[in-house]
Amino acid sequence: MNWKFGDNINTDLITPGRYNITTDPRELAKACFIEYRPEFSKQVKAGDFVIAGENFGCGSSRETAPVSLKHSNIRAVIAKSYARIFFRNAINLGLLCMIADTDGIDESDELELDVAAQVLRNRTKGIEISIKIPSMMLRLYQEGGIIPYLKKHGLSALTDLEKF
Amino acid sequence: MGQTLAEKIFSRHCGKTVHAGDFILADLDLVMAHDTTCAWALEPFYQIATKVFDPKKIFIPFDHAFPSPNVAMSKLQAEIRKFAEEQGIPISFEGVCHQVMSERLINPGDLVLGADSHSPTGGGVGALTIGVGSTDAAIAMATGKAWFRVPETIRIDITGQLPRGSYSKDVVLAVAREMGADGANYRVIEYGGETVEQFNVPARLTLTNMSAEMGAKAAIVAPDQQTSAYLQENDRLIAFDALRSDADARFERVLRFDVSNLKPMIACPPDIDNDVPVEEVQAEKVVVDQVFIGSCTNCRIDDLEVVYRMWKGRRLKEGLRVIVTPASRKVYLQALQRGYVEEFMKMGAVVSSPGCGPCLGRAGGVLYDNEVCVSTSNRNFEGRMGSPKARIFLASPATAAASALTGYITDPRPFVN
Repeated sequence: MNWKFGDNINTDLITPGRYNITTDPRELAKACFIEYRPEFSKQVKAGDFVIAGENFGCGSSRETAPVSLKHSNIRAVIAKSYARIFFRNAINLGLLCMIADTDGIDESDELELDVAAQVLRNRTKGIEISIKIPSMMLRLYQEGGIIPYLKKHGLSALTDLEKF
Repeated sequence: MGQTLAEKIFSRHCGKTVHAGDFILADLDLVMAHDTTCAWALEPFYQIATKVFDPKKIFIPFDHAFPSPNVAMSKLQAEIRKFAEEQGIPISFEGVCHQVMSERLINPGDLVLGADSHSPTGGGVGALTIGVGSTDAAIAMATGKAWFRVPETIRIDITGQLPRGSYSKDVVLAVAREMGADGANYRVIEYGGETVEQFNVPARLTLTNMSAEMGAKAAIVAPDQQTSAYLQENDRLIAFDALRSDADARFERVLRFDVSNLKPMIACPPDIDNDVPVEEVQAEKVVVDQVFIGSCTNCRIDDLEVVYRMWKGRRLKEGLRVIVTPASRKVYLQALQRGYVEEFMKMGAVVSSPGCGPCLGRAGGVLYDNEVCVSTSNRNFEGRMGSPKARIFLASPATAAASALTGYITDPRPFVN
C-alpha cells in the first residue's frame, strides 16, 4: 500500500527528537512516524511507497529520518519536492526519493515503479506518471549509498561524483 | 559575469571560478558534528578512514543533550568521546554549537560544514556555513572535502529604522512569512541594506539562523566593520577581505523589506511561516505555561540585556515556568558579571546551563499535552518540545519577556523603555 502525507512533513514528525537516542537502524525504524502516524511502523510492508506533497523532510538535519524510512524497507518516497538536507542524506544513504505530481495517488492504489524508464504506473487508475530521479541519486542508489561507493572505489572517487 | 558573495567563497575553496549551477568538490575550513549527529557519523567514518584529515579543523560540541539526560544518550556520548580521544579532538561543553563557532572559530570568507540544520547561523560572521547530515560529516572528517552544487542567491534588502520593541527576530519572522517554509530551498540568502548594516553580528546571527527555516542552504551578511568589531570583542584580531557581491552579480530574486513600521511578530504553531503581529494573538488571551528564552536563535548577551531591562522592577507571573538558557559559556559569564543571572533567579526564573536547552524536547523543559510555550527558538513544529499536543509560539526575547510578566502572550512594546 501507500502511506500518504501532506506538505512540509518535517523530520521531527518522522523521527521525534527524543527517539533519536540510538544508532541501531532497526530501533529507529520502529520510531518512524511514531507519534504522527503510530500504525506506520507496525503495518508498513516491504515495497510500500511513502507519498507526500511539497518540502518533504524539512527541519532538522537528523539523518535518523531517512535511516528510519530506509530500514522500514519502503520501495521509495515520492513527493512533489524535498528539503535539501533530507534529499542530500537520502542520496548518501541510497534511499530512493523521486519527484512527481502526487496529487492523484491514493493510499490503496497499486503502484509499479520502473526506475529505468523513470515511470510510475498506477495500476488501479490505469495511468502512468513520469517521475524524476536525479542521476547522482540513481547512481548512488545502485551503489548502495555513498559509503559503499567510496569503500569500493576509494576516497579519490569523490571527484567522480560530478560526472554522474 | 560578476559573482555573488557565495560564488566567490565557493570559488576560493575549489580553485576555479564558479557560478550557480556548477558542481564542485570544495575544501572545508571547519567541520562540525555534535552530540547527536556525530554519533551517526562514526560508523560511516570508520568504513572509509582511520584518521581524520586534520583534528584542528574538526569541532565536536556536546550541546543538544548535555549534561546527558538519560542512559541511552550517555552511551552515544561515550562512543563519541572514544572517537574524539582516538583522533585527538577536544570535545566542547561551551554551549550551542553555532554560538560557540561564531564566537571563536568561524572567520569571514570561510567555508564550513556542520552536521546540524541551523548551520546557516555562522553566515552572520560573513562565512558560508552549510548544514548537512551525518554521512556528509563523516566524509568531510575523513577528507576535508564536500560536494556541492553552487546555489543561486536570493538577495534580501532590509531598510528603515526598526521601531521600539521590534528586533531582528521580528524582521526575520516577517521575512519568513513572505518566503514560506521552502521559499529559499537550495538557495543562499544574502541579507543587506541599511538596517542589516546597522545590526551588530549578534542581531545578524538571528537572521541567518532562521533562514534554515525557509530551507536555505546558507545565509550570509557581507563582512564589514560590524564583523571587525565582533571579532575584536571576542579577542580575535584577524584581518579579512571585505568580500561582497559584484555589482553585476546575478541574483535569482531580490526582495525588499521596509521595517520602519514593523510590529513585534510571532510564529503560531505548527509552522514557521504562520506569522502574525503579536497584538493579534494578545487579543485572544492565550495563557502561557512555559517561557523559554534560549537557543542558537536568541540567547546572546544583547538578548538577555533586553530581558533584564524589561524585567527590572517587575514580577514574573506566579506559577509560570520561565527558563533562561544562555547560548554559550561566554554569554553565561557575561550575564553573571552584569548581575542578570542573580536578578533572574531572584525573580523565580530558572537559569540553566549553556546548550540547546528544551528547544528540541530532549530535556530541561519538555512540554505536556495542551501546554503553551512562548519560545525564542526557531521551530514550532508539532511535538518539537515534547507532547505533539503542546503548542509552541516563536517570538523575540522581548515578547517572551513580556509574556513572562503577564502570563499570556503579550506585545512587548508597553514594557520596553
